[in-house]
Amino acid sequence: MTLKRTLAALGAVLPLALAGGASAAEGKIKELKEPSWTWEGIFGRYDQQQLQRGYQVYREVCSSCHSMKLVAFRHLAEDGGPFYLEECPVELGLPSTTDCSDPAANPIVKALAADYQIEAGVDDSGDPLIRPGLPADYLPSPYANRQQAMLANGGAYPPDMSLLVKSRVKGRNYIYSLITGYEEPPAILDVPPGQYYNPYYPGDTASMVREEYLDEEGHILHEYELPPGGAFKMAPPLQDGIVTYEDGSPETVDQYARDVVSFLQWSSEPKLEQRKEMGGFVMLYLFAFAGIVYASYRQIWRNVEH
Amino acid sequence: MSHESTYVPGTGFERWVDKRLPLVRLGYDSFIDFPTPKNLNYWYTFGGILSIILVWQIVTGIVLAMHYTAHTDYAFQSVEMIMRDVNYGWLLRYAHSNGASMFFIAVYLHIARGLYYGSYKEPREILWGLGVVIFLLMMGTAFMGYVLPWGQMSYWGATVITSLASAVPLIGDPIKTLLWGGFAVDNPTLNRFYALHYLMPFLIAGVVILHIWALHVPGNNNPSGVEVKTKKDTVPFHPYYTVKDGFAIVCFFILFAAFLFYMPNTLGHPDNYIEADPMVTPAHIVPEWYFLPFYAMLRAITFDIGIPFTDIVLINSKLGGVLVMLGSILILFVLPWLDRSKVRSMRYRPVAKLWLILFFLDVCLLGWLGAQLAEQPYILISQLATAYYFAYFLIVLPVLAITETPKALPRSISESVTADKAGMRKRKTPVGMTAGGSHPAPAE
Ligand code: HEC
Ligand code: HEM
Repeated sequence: MTLKRTLAALGAVLPLALAGGASAAEGKIKELKEPSWTWEGIFGRYDQQQLQRGYQVYREVCSSCHSMKLVAFRHLAEDGGPFYLEECPVELGLPSTTDCSDPAANPIVKALAADYQIEAGVDDSGDPLIRPGLPADYLPSPYANRQQAMLANGGAYPPDMSLLVKSRVKGRNYIYSLITGYEEPPAILDVPPGQYYNPYYPGDTASMVREEYLDEEGHILHEYELPPGGAFKMAPPLQDGIVTYEDGSPETVDQYARDVVSFLQWSSEPKLEQRKEMGGFVMLYLFAFAGIVYASYRQIWRNVEH
Repeated sequence: MSHESTYVPGTGFERWVDKRLPLVRLGYDSFIDFPTPKNLNYWYTFGGILSIILVWQIVTGIVLAMHYTAHTDYAFQSVEMIMRDVNYGWLLRYAHSNGASMFFIAVYLHIARGLYYGSYKEPREILWGLGVVIFLLMMGTAFMGYVLPWGQMSYWGATVITSLASAVPLIGDPIKTLLWGGFAVDNPTLNRFYALHYLMPFLIAGVVILHIWALHVPGNNNPSGVEVKTKKDTVPFHPYYTVKDGFAIVCFFILFAAFLFYMPNTLGHPDNYIEADPMVTPAHIVPEWYFLPFYAMLRAITFDIGIPFTDIVLINSKLGGVLVMLGSILILFVLPWLDRSKVRSMRYRPVAKLWLILFFLDVCLLGWLGAQLAEQPYILISQLATAYYFAYFLIVLPVLAITETPKALPRSISESVTADKAGMRKRKTPVGMTAGGSHPAPAE
C-alpha cells in the first residue's frame, strides 16, 4: 500500500468517522443556532464597527457581573482590536507627533480608561493611590473577589469573560444561542426561584420535573419527553433597546448578542487577524516550495527505477 | 558504520581534522554517501519528519520557557501573557502545542510503517526497541507538557493519571506522593513536571542518535522486506533521499500550517482555557487525542481478576487497567520474538496483512472509544477491542508464523521494483486487452 493511496482512502473515510465521533457527551441541549460570523473561514476578519458595539454591550451590560481580567485597555487599541487607529482622526486636532496607532497613545482608549478610578498600589507617602485609569490598566472587575461575586449572584460565579468563547464547545454559537434562547420553562418543569430555564444550557432538567409527571420509581411518565437544557442563575441579560447604538444598528437582542459574541471572540483570540494573515503567506510559500522540491525530486530520480 | 567509508578530505585542513576527530567523516558516511535501498516509499519519510519536529519542539519550547512561569498562581496567566503580549507569542505557543500533535501523527505513522513492512524483525530488534523507548519518553514529555498551562484539563488529567500509581501494591501510595511532591497535585507537582518536561526532550534526542546508529548498522529495511544484495539495489542517501524526505517534510508542514494558522485549537480541549480549579471537577475528563487508544484500554478493565469461586482478588480493576495500558506498549518490545515469520513485508503475507489492517482499525476504534463516556455499550466494545489488540500480538502473529504460506519473495530489491513496474503497467491496461487477466501472473 503506498502512502498516496492510503491518504486517498483516508480522505474518503475520515469525514464519516468524524461525523460519527461528534456524539454529544453533556446532558442533552437544543441544537445550537449557527449564525454566520465575519471572522470565520480562511479569509475571515473581525468587523471593527461590530467589535466596538460589542465592547459597548459588554461594558454596559455584562461587565456589571462578569470580569475580563486578561484584557487591558491598551489591548483594545492594538491592531485587530475594536479601537485600533491607523492614524489620528483629524477632527481631534492632536499634535502631529502623536502616533495614534500606538496603543498607549490612542485617544479613544485613553478616554475609556480615564472613565474608571483605579486602585494602583500606594503613593509616595504609602497611602492607597486611587487615580483615573490609563491604557496600561486591565479592565476593572465588578467584584472584589469570588465570594463577593457569588453572594451577589445567588451563589453562582459569573465566569471571567476573557476566554469564554474558547472555553466552551463551539463557544461562539453556544453563547449566542444561550443569551438569545431563554424560554418559558415547559409546564412539566418546576424551576427553583432565582434560576432561569434555558434549552441551551448544559444542565440537567431531570431533577426539576414536577412530581405529578413522575412514576413511582421517579422516572418521567412515558407520554412526556424530558425537555432539553437546564436552569442556571443568570437572568436574561439582554432586552431590546437597553443599549443605545450610535451607528444606527438595530437595537435588538439578536443584534446585541451578535455584537457581544464577536467582542468575546476577539477577547479570546485577539491575534486572529495576524494569525490568518501570516497563514496566507506561509501557505503560499509552502505550496510554491513543495512544487520546487517536487520538481527537483523528479529530476534527480529520473534515471533510477524505483 | 557498516559500509566502507568513501569520505575523501578535500583540503589540508579537512585532513588535519579528520585525523584528530573524524566528525565530518561520520556525517558524510551517515547522511551523504549512505547506501539506501532505492525502493523506499513515502512511508519511509516519517523518520526525517520526526527528527525535524523534535528540533522544532525543542526550539519553540526553549523560547516559551523564557516567558513561562512555573507556579500555580501564575502559570495560566503567563501562558495567556505569551498569547497576548509577547511578540509572536501566539505563534510560538500554537506552534508548540500543535507541534506536539504533529509529533504524534508522525510517530503513529512511523510505527505503523514498521509493523507493515516487518522492520522490527532480525536484525533490527534493537533499532525497534529504541523506537519504543522514544515513544514512551514522548508520551511522558507530552503528558507533563500538557500540565504546564495549568488549565482544568491539565490539572484533572494530571490528577487522574498520577493517581494510577496508587494501584501498584505496597509502594503505590509512596510513588504517588513522590510524583505529587505532597498530598495532591499542587505547586510542587507543577515544578517537577516543568523540570522533567525541559529535560526529557534532550533524553529523546540522545536516544534518537542511538536509534539512527542502530539503523545504520544493518541499513534500512524496505517495502519488499528483502535485504540489500548488491550496490544496484541502493542509491546514495544524498541527494536521492534528502530530496525525497525534503519533499515529504514540506508537505507535512503544509498540514501542520493548516492546523497552526486556521484551526489551532481544534485538537485541544476547551476546558483547558479555564484556569485549574481543584474545587470544580470537569464533567468529562479526557486526555489529548494521542492518548485516547491507551486511555480506552485503561478504562476497559472494569472487573477484578481473582481466583474463581472464591472472593480472593488478585488484581483489582484499577491495577488491571494500569497493567493493560502499560502492557499495550511494553508488548511492542517483545514483538520481534512473537512474530517468527521469516518474511518481513506484509506485501508477501496475504493473510497476516488482513489481520494487521484489522489491527490498525482496532486502534482507531479504541481512540474513538477513549473519547466516549465510560458507560455501556462503550465499555463492552472497549473490552473486545482491547482483547483484539493483544490477540494480534499474542495469538495471530505467532500462529500465522507457522500456518501462513507467504507469496514468493523477489530475489532482490531490483527484481521487486521491476515486478512492481510490470504490475503497474498491467493495472493500467484496459481489462479487455489483458489475455486471461484473472490468471496469476507468471513468475518473472
Ligand atoms: C446580573 C449579573 C449578570 C449579567 C449582567 C450577565 N451575566 Fe452572564 N452570568 C451570570 C451568572 C451569575 C452566571 C453563572 C450562572 C450559573 O453558573 O448558574 C453567568 C453565566 C454566563 C455564561 C456561562 C454559561 C456557562 O456555560 O457556564 C455566559 C455565556 C454568560 N453568562 C454570558 C453573559 C453575557 C454575554 C452577558 C452580557 C450580555 C451576561 N452574561 C451578563 C450573571 C450575569
Ligand atoms: C519532545 C518534545 C516536546 C513535546 C512532545 C512537548 C509537548 C508539550 C505539550 C503537549 C505542551 C502543552 C501545550 C499547551 O496546551 O499549551 C507543552 C507545553 C510547554 N512546553 Fe513542551 N514539548 C516538547 C519539548 C519542549 C522543550 C524542549 C521545552 C523547553 C525546554 C518545552 C517547554 C514547554 C513549555 C514552557 C510549555 C508551557 C507553555 C504552553 O503551554 O504553551 N517543551 N509541551
